Amino acid sequence: MAFGGLKCVDELDLHVDEGEIVSVIGPNGAGKTTLFNLVTGVYEPTTGDIVFAGESIKGLEPHKIARRGIARTFQTLRLFLNMSVRENVMAAAYGHTKAGVFRSMFRTPGQRREEKEIRELAERRLAFFGDRLMGYRWDQPAYSLSYANRRRLEIARATATNPRMLLLDEPAAGMNPKETQEITELIGTLRSEGGYTILVIEHDMHVVAGVSDRVIALDHGVKIAEGSFEEVATNPRVVEAYLGTGAAERK
Amino acid sequence: MADDPRPGAEGPGGSGPAIGKDEWVARSGERRLHREGVLGTIEERVRTLPWWAWLTAIAAGFAVLPVADSSGYVRRVAFDTLLYMLLALGLNIVVGWGGLLDLGYVAFYGVGAYTYAILGSDKFGIHIPTIALIPLVVVIGAIAGFLVGLPSRRLVGDYLAIVTLFFLQIFLTLSINGDDLFGLGNITGGANGILRVDPLSFFGHSLPVQHEGIFAVSYLYVVLGIFVVVYVALRLVNESRTGRAWRSLREDPLAAEVMGMPVNWLKLMSFSFGAAVAALTGTFFAALNASVFPLTFSFPLLITVYTMVILGGSGNQFGVAIGAILVSVVLELLRDPGNARVLFYVGVVLGLLAALRISRRLGIVLAATVALGFAVHAVARAIDSSWVAGQTADGRVVPGWASHWVIVPSHLADWISPVSYVGLVASVLALTLVRGWWRLVCVPPVLYLAAFVWENVMLAKPEPTRYIVLGVLLISLMIVRPNGLFGEKRVEII
Repeated sequence: MAFGGLKCVDELDLHVDEGEIVSVIGPNGAGKTTLFNLVTGVYEPTTGDIVFAGESIKGLEPHKIARRGIARTFQTLRLFLNMSVRENVMAAAYGHTKAGVFRSMFRTPGQRREEKEIRELAERRLAFFGDRLMGYRWDQPAYSLSYANRRRLEIARATATNPRMLLLDEPAAGMNPKETQEITELIGTLRSEGGYTILVIEHDMHVVAGVSDRVIALDHGVKIAEGSFEEVATNPRVVEAYLGTGAAERK
Repeated sequence: MADDPRPGAEGPGGSGPAIGKDEWVARSGERRLHREGVLGTIEERVRTLPWWAWLTAIAAGFAVLPVADSSGYVRRVAFDTLLYMLLALGLNIVVGWGGLLDLGYVAFYGVGAYTYAILGSDKFGIHIPTIALIPLVVVIGAIAGFLVGLPSRRLVGDYLAIVTLFFLQIFLTLSINGDDLFGLGNITGGANGILRVDPLSFFGHSLPVQHEGIFAVSYLYVVLGIFVVVYVALRLVNESRTGRAWRSLREDPLAAEVMGMPVNWLKLMSFSFGAAVAALTGTFFAALNASVFPLTFSFPLLITVYTMVILGGSGNQFGVAIGAILVSVVLELLRDPGNARVLFYVGVVLGLLAALRISRRLGIVLAATVALGFAVHAVARAIDSSWVAGQTADGRVVPGWASHWVIVPSHLADWISPVSYVGLVASVLALTLVRGWWRLVCVPPVLYLAAFVWENVMLAKPEPTRYIVLGVLLISLMIVRPNGLFGEKRVEII
């Protein structure tokens, strides 16, 4: 992927197996979020291909990619702030539901049934976070939520698209140590209970160490290391990317 | 936090949730709103009334109006108000839900009215029966909305606004020059419009506009019925998959797209539905007036409909309906100088009340203003009695004691109008810059100046005054309630 002459993600060869949890790490500006934008169709790659479940999804509109089963959260939090917590999650069911405008106007039995299913789906997805997003919170607007709860709601909304693969962009950013611990466990539960394949960008190494089957380190859009957390964390090029030249030797 | 041992951590009464707990904090806003006593209970009941109760109340109000007051004037105003309410509902789809700033909206109202007039008048000798024509016009309106949406769907914000505004201008140009455009012959009648448009007729019975010389109720009831149907239909759409997608689009188009919602398609749909409602409204306008003219669908109407939506609370159906009623009725009241005067002074007092509450300062300001007026009046009379011998614009002498309060000269020198007017605007603006006691001291003279300008300058020119007063109303309301009367609170604090 190049912006003008600037190569942001260059000849990146990345593979995620079904049911795997892969972490992407790297210093700021390494191209991690650009990678997510490429996979979800926000940007179209200038060269190369993106294959999901055996089919190329390169050049598809983002909503079509979402319907094929890729969902993401945003590092910068992009909730529908003036909608209720429940509606935020219900809205994300759009892709796999059908009722059109006229069926909604006449409230046909099929539409009512579907609406009930969407509502139940949303409540199940919110229940995933214990009592954090339960009960009275459902009808409150999303802007009334705390930062940590907004991050949780982003994940709930992404799972409501019924994805096969979840892309989590810094799920633990801005959380306290206790909440970070919670989110680490939660990512594991997402796989074991939801069956999602998960690609996660994270700066917090506790989270990375806690969840990853495999870690990929990026710098300047290039993959500089890949392997288990221990392998990547001790890789001299990774240390150099984070701490600068010389740090690896001094160590 | 749950087992916080500190004293005072328990909520009021000991049984409530503890301070610091999520729910207690999150609900503090709701608790603050809740007042004690009978008033609080009534307020609570009113707030929790379901939406159909409100709709029924509005509909019932309009339904009994012709019974309560048999004057044709009131019926006519009620009819026009209902048209405005329908227009506001349509605009609310595009602006309030879709979040698309569509400045070409009233063109679709015009498209509806013109299509009805062309396909149902002596112009071309075509007389399609109403029952078929109205759905046809609605479909044509929806298609027009779709077509305007097509080139605009990738635009947002200011770009979309300017492109749609351009479409409105194209519509105006086409309809004004439509008597001989591109050699197509006379289609729209140009500035002369289309006359002798068919009235509404159902199954061979045409609805008379006049009944025994006054405005017939039939049109009022037909449009009221349509309003209720449109309101309910849109309400149901809003609480469905499409409605949620529209509002997601308003909140964050990128997130909506990535969550599987086809944003471009949703924009086109929102344009289409808004245009369809506007076109539907246009048919009733053309049928009642039996004529259409291009300049009806121009910028003053656009501004009026936007004022209704913003004032009422963009995004809230009930709010925009109330906004439409308010603006329509205020504009109507301002036509008559007597009503306008009542509205002006009530507005001033309400404004003071909102700014100062019921307090000693309010009493001081009011008393000072009254005293100042009598003093100035007395001085003026002592100098030259012609300065206070005038009559106000409507020919009526200022009622009662007020005639000894505000100065109304029998002859107004030419320079007084502009100077006092500009002086008033300047001093109101200056008032926002001073603080504390100085402001209190400055308020009475400004109020007195306002009364002088109102009685001598503004009442003499009712037509611009209507829109100026509407503008002032809008500005002050926006300061007090930035999201409109019934708008949802919109904050983005993390």
